[in-house]
Amino acid sequence: MNKLLITEAPFDAGAELASLAATGAGGIASFIGAVRAADERGAALAALHLEHYPGLTQAALARLAEAATMRFDLAGVVIIHRVGRLLPGEMIVLAATASSHRGPALEAVGFIADQLKTAIPFWKAEELPDGTKQWLAPKAADEALARNWLETWPADANGHKE
Amino acid sequence: MRVLYFAWLREKVGLAEERLGPEVSADTPRALIALLRARSPGHEAAFAELARIRCVVDETLCPLDAPLLDAREVAFFPPFTGG
Repeated sequence: MNKLLITEAPFDAGAELASLAATGAGGIASFIGAVRAADERGAALAALHLEHYPGLTQAALARLAEAATMRFDLAGVVIIHRVGRLLPGEMIVLAATASSHRGPALEAVGFIADQLKTAIPFWKAEELPDGTKQWLAPKAADEALARNWLETWPADANGHKE
Repeated sequence: MRVLYFAWLREKVGLAEERLGPEVSADTPRALIALLRARSPGHEAAFAELARIRCVVDETLCPLDAPLLDAREVAFFPPFTGG
């Protein structure tokens, strides 16, 4: 059971987790990213703008879900990523997985959350209280996390399949 | 050919998309950028730092020196910042 969605509308995380539980897999894990109230220097933010490349995003999400499913032997994946103008505290992204055990379910959520930062065509801009926008640059630490998963594949996956 | 711009490239160019006629011909994204830069001060500003620009040709991420061949759609944008 996979659900991969890019939307401007808010999502119901509880309903999504319930649908993963309904697969009967037994282990459900999730990550939710929400809009921060302040930027890295502590200055208040008015909103976050999220843009994507419509022709590319859905296919990239499908590849990511497939990679996660193969690597962690998942029974289900839900990735919902919002776009548009979001206010502080609003949920931006849900990554949730179902597996027969908590280990692969939790690891798969980490994998998906790390890949979403650098491998899917989304862009974020912070809106300041005066209305100006500042586009975010990728953090070296985020890129390293995403790369690290790729370097440990496939050795890691063989471990999971034993 | 359709050229798409995203994030701050879109804002600097002032367009999300433009169509180029057959008279605009380039062998690589890098050569296409050289032609686009001459179109307006906005284009020039958008393409000022090539190290910060990524490129997709017909829905495949590729380096700036990849062959363009008969590309239908080329997109320029900064590195992704999702999640």
